[in-house]
Amino acid sequence: MSLQEELQGPPPAKLIVDHVSKWFRQKRQTVHALDDISLKVAEGEFIVIVGPSGCGKSTLLDIIAGLEKPDKGRVLADNEPVLNPGRHRLVMFQESALFPWLNAFGNVMFGLKLKPGLRNSERREVAKFFLHLVGLEKFMEANVHELSGGMKQRVALARALAPNPRVLLMDEPFAALDAMTREQLYGDIQRIWEKRRKTIIFVTHNVREAACLADRVVIMSPTPGRIREVFDITLPRPRDFNSIEIARHASTLTAALKEHGAHATLTG
Amino acid sequence: MRRSLLAIVFFVALAALWGAIVRAQIWSPVLLPSPLSVWDYVVNAGRDGTLLSASIVTLRRLLSGYVIGLAIGLPLGLLTASSTFVEDTIGVLALGLQTLPSVCWVPLALLWFGQTESAMLFVVIMGTVWSVVIATDTGVRTIPPIYARAARTMGSRPFHKWTRVILPASLPYLVSGMKQGWAFAWRSLMAAEIYVTILTGFGLGHLLHYGRELNAMDQVIGIMLVIIVIGLLADKILFSPWERFLHRRWGTGKR
Repeated sequence: MSLQEELQGPPPAKLIVDHVSKWFRQKRQTVHALDDISLKVAEGEFIVIVGPSGCGKSTLLDIIAGLEKPDKGRVLADNEPVLNPGRHRLVMFQESALFPWLNAFGNVMFGLKLKPGLRNSERREVAKFFLHLVGLEKFMEANVHELSGGMKQRVALARALAPNPRVLLMDEPFAALDAMTREQLYGDIQRIWEKRRKTIIFVTHNVREAACLADRVVIMSPTPGRIREVFDITLPRPRDFNSIEIARHASTLTAALKEHGAHATLTG
Repeated sequence: MRRSLLAIVFFVALAALWGAIVRAQIWSPVLLPSPLSVWDYVVNAGRDGTLLSASIVTLRRLLSGYVIGLAIGLPLGLLTASSTFVEDTIGVLALGLQTLPSVCWVPLALLWFGQTESAMLFVVIMGTVWSVVIATDTGVRTIPPIYARAARTMGSRPFHKWTRVILPASLPYLVSGMKQGWAFAWRSLMAAEIYVTILTGFGLGHLLHYGRELNAMDQVIGIMLVIIVIGLLADKILFSPWERFLHRRWGTGKR
């Protein structure tokens, strides 16, 4: 590498998905879930992967998380190969994965307790900070079943952010919420992203959501799951979900999805 | 308050109905003694210490058998739920043995251990273990897999996962399994005490047995009532706090 490149080149990628392929062997047939996926994600970048159901986007997220192993290729996080799940890449799931035997505070503490090098009093302070950040400081003692769907996902977000992961993986985290709650959360997630500058990989089938949140949108198509196109979204933040620009970008994304034979919902 | 008042009224009415049937003299008082004579027996037996010492003997056997049964049943249930090999072997065995009425263990226990405390213990353990295994197994299998996945991404390793995720997540099933195990232990111990006469301790089952031998119906019914009351108390003291906690946390059991 020349000195010029060393001084002026882009920073090294936070996360590298390197020619990853995945097959699922079932009784009757083998499903080719992912075909030769390559992706580089920079530090602090907000990537949204869009595709219809069955395009393997959740599988890709599982592989990045280390929950699934690729059949071919590899994933590097901070230049280390990903072999197992670990707290540097936390996942926020679509359905509520909160633990019903713990209250909201206990759920946020769960991941923190697994993080070494902190005193318990510090862990409690961190948990309080993040519950405050998602606007739930008054619901720390609430049981999971007492929270609304939106509040549950806020707690899940706090739980995922609290151990300060290097990468946050979000698997359609707002898909099960009503439109009003979702729009509030788009505002929250942008505000938090501005503050914490996390590297985020966000999976959705909702193009408008993608246009609203992403620095880069990755379009995937199904059978087998492939990356078809990548769009840069350079709109200033915070972005308003209902603005014309977002709608315009969303229709570009929809056109791209249609062109690749994949249909997605415009507004979700 | 109103609910407990209603309950008291109900049981007083039940006793009054019983008294009325006795006064109607349909059956001989040898077969159906009056509520008062049963009460007298219970008070006398309570005063001279028979009841207390018998209850202590019985509860000691019950608790030791139950605790050992839990200590064997819980890990076995976790194993059957996590390994197909154990599921196909121990799991099938547990399912079969659970259907065996616990009194069926008594002849075997008598031949193996003779008329000893060990025979009692064996019957109680056999009555407890299998239902606890089945309940634990069901509990673990019913947990949504997303809990374990979420825990793994937060850095939870297998031992941590089992103790901090799988066990608490299956708590509702574990508690109902422990409750069922308790009921089975109680039944099997009574069966054992009625059949096995041993000199190392005179339990409630023995009192019941001798009540029959002596044709003392007031004793028979009195001891039956004591057994019912102990069962109710155990339920309220041992399991109600757990169930209240579960209902509060999981948001279940609301009417």
